[in-house]
Amino acid sequence: MTERTPRTCLALFAGLAFCASALAEEVQVAVAANFTAPLQAIARKFEKETGHNVVASFGATGQLYAQIQHGAPFEVYLAADDSTPAKLESAGLGVAGSRFTYAMGSLVLWSAKADYLDGSDAVLKQGQFQHLAIANPKAAPYGLAATQVLDKLGLRAALQSKLVEGQSITQALQFVSTGNAELGFVALSQVFKDGQLGSGSAWIVPQTLYAPINQDALLLKQGQHNPAARALLEYLQGPQAAAIITSYGYNR
Amino acid sequence: MPLTQADFDAVLLTLKLASLTTVLLLLIGTPIAWWLARTGSWLKQPIGAIVALPLVLPPTVIGFYLLVSMGPHGFIGQLTQSLGLGTLTFTFSGLVIGSLFYSLPFVVQPLQNAFEAIGRAPLEAAATLRANPWDAFFTVVLPLAKPGFITAAILGFAHTVGEFGVVLMIGGNIPGKTQVASVQIYNHVETLEYAQAHWLAGGMLAFSFIVLLALYSGRRVRQGW
Amino acid sequence: MLKQLFGGQPLVGPAQAAEKLIRARFKIERPGFALDVDLCLPGRGISALFGHSGSGKTSCLRCFAGLDQAPDGYLEVNGELWQDSANGQFVAPHQRALGYVFQDANLFAHLSVRRNLEYGRKRIPAHSRRVPLEQAVELLGIGHLLQRMPDNLSGGERQRVAIARALLTSPRLLLMDEPLASLDLKRKLEVLPYLERLHEELDIPILYVSHSPDEVARLADHLVVLDEGKVQASGPLKETLLRSDLPFMFEEDAEAVVDGIVSHYEPDYRLLSIRLSGTDAVLQLTHAPLAAGKPVRVKIKARDVSLSLQQAQDTSLLNLLPARVEHWLALDNQAQMLVGLRVGDERMIARITRYSFDRLGIHAQQALWVQVKSVSLLASD
Repeated sequence: MTERTPRTCLALFAGLAFCASALAEEVQVAVAANFTAPLQAIARKFEKETGHNVVASFGATGQLYAQIQHGAPFEVYLAADDSTPAKLESAGLGVAGSRFTYAMGSLVLWSAKADYLDGSDAVLKQGQFQHLAIANPKAAPYGLAATQVLDKLGLRAALQSKLVEGQSITQALQFVSTGNAELGFVALSQVFKDGQLGSGSAWIVPQTLYAPINQDALLLKQGQHNPAARALLEYLQGPQAAAIITSYGYNR
Repeated sequence: MPLTQADFDAVLLTLKLASLTTVLLLLIGTPIAWWLARTGSWLKQPIGAIVALPLVLPPTVIGFYLLVSMGPHGFIGQLTQSLGLGTLTFTFSGLVIGSLFYSLPFVVQPLQNAFEAIGRAPLEAAATLRANPWDAFFTVVLPLAKPGFITAAILGFAHTVGEFGVVLMIGGNIPGKTQVASVQIYNHVETLEYAQAHWLAGGMLAFSFIVLLALYSGRRVRQGW
Repeated sequence: MLKQLFGGQPLVGPAQAAEKLIRARFKIERPGFALDVDLCLPGRGISALFGHSGSGKTSCLRCFAGLDQAPDGYLEVNGELWQDSANGQFVAPHQRALGYVFQDANLFAHLSVRRNLEYGRKRIPAHSRRVPLEQAVELLGIGHLLQRMPDNLSGGERQRVAIARALLTSPRLLLMDEPLASLDLKRKLEVLPYLERLHEELDIPILYVSHSPDEVARLADHLVVLDEGKVQASGPLKETLLRSDLPFMFEEDAEAVVDGIVSHYEPDYRLLSIRLSGTDAVLQLTHAPLAAGKPVRVKIKARDVSLSLQQAQDTSLLNLLPARVEHWLALDNQAQMLVGLRVGDERMIARITRYSFDRLGIHAQQALWVQVKSVSLLASD
């Protein structure tokens, strides 16, 4: 959350210059922080192909929700869960029927130390550590998923005293990457690079241990007449976007 | 009132953190402020600037550096580990240390101003009346600097109560240990529990207002505006 | 040069020399400021440190107190060693048995007058408390102020409290830094009598910093003249005032101080006669009645003294006294002369033109008459 500049402007003027046309429009996107990197990659391709211009604001899902509620000028909302967009949709702030799951998050137990985890849940079960970082389960879907995993494995009570919560999944990752927590449940997308683990060691949690982490997109009321907004949502469902999304550790 | 036990615990923890921090800050801040007020050393400006840094730095910066330096690879972490204390992140002690850094200028600066206003004269008078320097400090400087101490204590306390960024970064949101009121408000907002957020936030607003009102009223009486 | 002519009496009697003596040597060299003094002062009575502002008086006094530490210094007060830089000795201010009266009183604003007074007194061992609280309070006339806070005192009252506070530490040396400088004339006149009483009633040596010739003439027994951080003169008051090699004293303010005894009072004319020692001559001035036999001190300005070879007759001037010429000095402007004279056992100075000096053929040991236009009485209760 803090390492990546919020409200990064993604306008790529070079791309625009090639495709400048009467159709070129700007689209304001509110993006959940965990989807920062893939969206930047997708936006680059999208802008090159369509000539539209993507302006993205990154933030926590709840925070963005509050801003949208209070009149923030966003046109597309890419949440980290499915319940928040649903709320906006039923509140009439989103275009009815425009909501879809653009990505499914994968949970990973990760440690910054190279040989700490052996690709299984053994270390978790032994409990020989001081701190296990998770995202706030009330605020972040990955946090909720983490508690579901602990419940399924029957480790919740034993590990309760070792849990440290980050306000977001980004902060949970920070706790682990600085070594303050030996391990933590984070999003695979955070530690995945080009289809493999960037550093440290991990256990990719089987999907059966937690409810799917659906990340839903929604066309907001302000964007319903903006062709660029609709084009971006369409592009997100296409094969090029899907390739990028999976390379960042999400499922489709 | 929609507040839960966790909210009350958070408020209680906040008051405990602010009280302890204030007491420690007065103990630590007094010699620093005294030195800054009296020294002619070239170190005065650099040290003064370091003390004032938290005034201008975003709390998340302090929080981030504390997270790194109190971690197992950081210099504070190495120190506490070698002393057998483990690491201080995610502990109440860690929050206290973070708050000390964060609120230091709010205590040091009023004290320094008070000491500078007192000047050397009363100390010299005390010395010619047989008071040794410690004696003079306790019987002359402390009473004369009382308004400065009151201001420092109120500002230090209030600022620690309002602290958020540092706690967020190094706390880990552990109920009863590191889950303070400001973080709890954030939690409520994040989870769309606006009613509880309002109660807590409104309480903090009222608290801050009362503190500042007391401070300014006291100042008016003391200075006879 | 006239130093030699005058010689000067020994500071103290030989019997007391061993114990009652203050020896001080301070040397400070800083950019823009230098102090280099070497003093031997009597261990009793009031010694005035006199000079213009910036002459180093206060710095010197602060060195006595130890508030400033002269890098090269020596201080011994009636046998007690307070500083000896050569041997690395320096007694901290709070360990010196001294009292210090600051120019602006410097009372503790957070303590009542009584608690101010007790502050120093409490901090000395009971057996060395020689000044009872009641005595100091009575001496300075501050009994009615004890419950007040310093903020509610007048400048004069504050100074009196400060003096009492210093006295209550039973000091072996009382240092006073222009205690009257911050007061207006009325307040000065209010405090001065108390200072005179200190002098008469207590056996504590006092170092008194002042730039006021009047204060010095009225209070001091011994005078140290400082200029640009150096001692220009140091000696008993009367001799030192007469020394004509002290340029600043001889601009407008050259004056002599003369001791005498009230011999007569004529109520019809309100005329007071003062007999000077060693002569039958009297000084006369209009004044309120004073009892015969009372010792008084008068000040005579050099410009109020003129010379005559014969005893003038039929003049309105009251004071015609036989005198003998001792020495003389030309002033810087070369148009005027200062002539040192002896009247009985006392000394005076006259300021006359060089023309008159030559016309009268002034020479050493010449007998002539001094005519004193105006006399002011200094010490009287």
